[in-house]
Amino acid sequence: MLDASFKAGSLPAGAGVGYKPQHFTDITQAPGPVKWLEIHAENYMGDGGRPLAQLRALAERFPISVHGVGLSIGGEAPLDTDHLGRLKHLLGWLDPASFSEHLAWSTHGAEFLNDLLPLPYTNTTLARVAAHIDQVQTTLGRRMLLENPSSYLAFAESTWSEPEFLAELARRTGCGLLLDVNNVFISATNLKTTPQDYIDAFALTEVGEIHVGGHDEDTDEYGAPLLIDSHGKPVVDPVWALLDHTLTCAGPLPVLVEWDNDVPDWPVLRDEAARAAAALSRVAA
Amino acid sequence: MTTVSQSLFRQALLAPDRAAPDGLRDSDGHPAGARFDVYRNNVVVSLVEALHAGFPVLAKLLGKENMDGMARMFVRVHPPSSSLMMFYGEALPDFIASLPQLSHLGYLPDIARLELALRHAYHAADASPVASESLASLSPEDLLATRLTFAPSVRLVRSPWPIYDIWRYNTRAGAPKPTPTAQDVLVTRAEFDPLPALLPPGGHAWVQALLQDHSIGKALDFAQQDAADFDMTGPLTLLLTGNAITSLKDKD
Amino acid sequence: MSNTAKTLAVAGAVAAALAATTNTASAQAKEKCYGVALAGQNDCAAGPGTTCAGTSTVDYQGNAWTLVDAGTCEDMDLPAMADGTPREGSLEALTRDLPA
Repeated sequence: MLDASFKAGSLPAGAGVGYKPQHFTDITQAPGPVKWLEIHAENYMGDGGRPLAQLRALAERFPISVHGVGLSIGGEAPLDTDHLGRLKHLLGWLDPASFSEHLAWSTHGAEFLNDLLPLPYTNTTLARVAAHIDQVQTTLGRRMLLENPSSYLAFAESTWSEPEFLAELARRTGCGLLLDVNNVFISATNLKTTPQDYIDAFALTEVGEIHVGGHDEDTDEYGAPLLIDSHGKPVVDPVWALLDHTLTCAGPLPVLVEWDNDVPDWPVLRDEAARAAAALSRVAA
Repeated sequence: MTTVSQSLFRQALLAPDRAAPDGLRDSDGHPAGARFDVYRNNVVVSLVEALHAGFPVLAKLLGKENMDGMARMFVRVHPPSSSLMMFYGEALPDFIASLPQLSHLGYLPDIARLELALRHAYHAADASPVASESLASLSPEDLLATRLTFAPSVRLVRSPWPIYDIWRYNTRAGAPKPTPTAQDVLVTRAEFDPLPALLPPGGHAWVQALLQDHSIGKALDFAQQDAADFDMTGPLTLLLTGNAITSLKDKD
Repeated sequence: MSNTAKTLAVAGAVAAALAATTNTASAQAKEKCYGVALAGQNDCAAGPGTTCAGTSTVDYQGNAWTLVDAGTCEDMDLPAMADGTPREGSLEALTRDLPA
């Protein structure tokens, strides 16, 4: 559980984007509506060179959110303490406004599988993930945010709904939540539930950050829709509508546009951030 | 109720001919099928793309179809051992050398080694170069006994193949076609961009001796065993322009 | 090489290298520019990064793979050694290919 000395997040309730090195000059010269940036922790764990020089320069101008993709918090195995040490080092010198990770696993034995893999929602996995979050927050000395995944399938063994599972993790560990509205839309479509119901069941008071992003549309072997969380396209209108619904319920929050594949030129990403900023301005007090 | 362990999940993930683990369902209760394939696809495609990004010259030499085929085999045998994807592919040179399909292209493993060296140089720790006046102020006798400290980005790649010319032919417009010859390459990073440079005969032995903390004079002896007429002017210029020397050390 | 000759050779090489370096440095007169890769380079030395996204490019098939003609390998004529032995990294092998 968190103690009072732990650092909490401090991202502004404005629009942010996932930082890509090809946008460095544009972002520093003409950020437009972008108020903060998110980076993937693992890409800044090298010893030096351009990545760290760019990050130091960006951190002087923007609040930074560090988003981990490799901690494997949902893994059956103990957390990799070497990786946790690298994370502590990065957060130590950068002192970012926020740190977040995923409700997922990506490491098995000595292998890193480079994808966010799903876990069943049972009492067993709840206890394990809560212990891992405790370990992370204690090691880092700060509150972390945990992100809801995109689901393509369900585990027959699950006994918790995802919003309840995440709320219980937040209650047990004191962690915050990162609500990915695109992931909610993908999971609800893929598992034939209602995205608004998911948002309404979510522990919105624990949310410290929101993600939106693009996805691809496919179908499974039965002809049912199968959305893929590709982050390679503009955000679709139903996801913007779901963001509006979420912000109406939760109030203004930091909103990030994620674009990781087929990354566009800066003006395209900037315009997506402007849409997020417009959504925020509609709920501003 | 069927429990799907992560071991079971992992086994099916990298074996496309296996069924998805029992206990994974769609919302109508069907076995996961195509829905499990999404994860299979994410893992293999993302790792294959990582190899394309990490070995662009190798990918150009092979062409996309061959690189994809080779990479799909590699990622199943050697998935990453770390979440630091920037260093993925350490085992690729030896893997390429083991493939009968590529045995007639003997230079490919060394090209992969050169690309790994460039990548490690790119991510190496920053360092401040020594002021060139400190070299200029040494007497000829002191110069002979001086040892050098190097920036962490400095790398050497030795090859019986023309790896510098192959790299240049595939990265620089208008570069000449490689001809059969052995080439040794020095990689330096003056600021943020690693740069490979061709070493003359004896140059590899000279730089390697210096990296192993021998004096300039001793390194010259090693170099002249390789090439009797070795002149250190060229390699030393490469080290200085590449900001590769970080300090001078007196004799012990 | 005698010690005197060696001392002179080293001193001469250092002087020549320092002169070459000074010229290069002043010619470049560069500003600190961590945003952009060196002219002509596309920064691919950065290598792969992580992603938290999936992909819809379907390509996860198995291990069967046959080399097809493609790529720039075909432009180059770099056969193994004429005697059929692989080129080794030994000094003998290295010097065989060097100009006499």
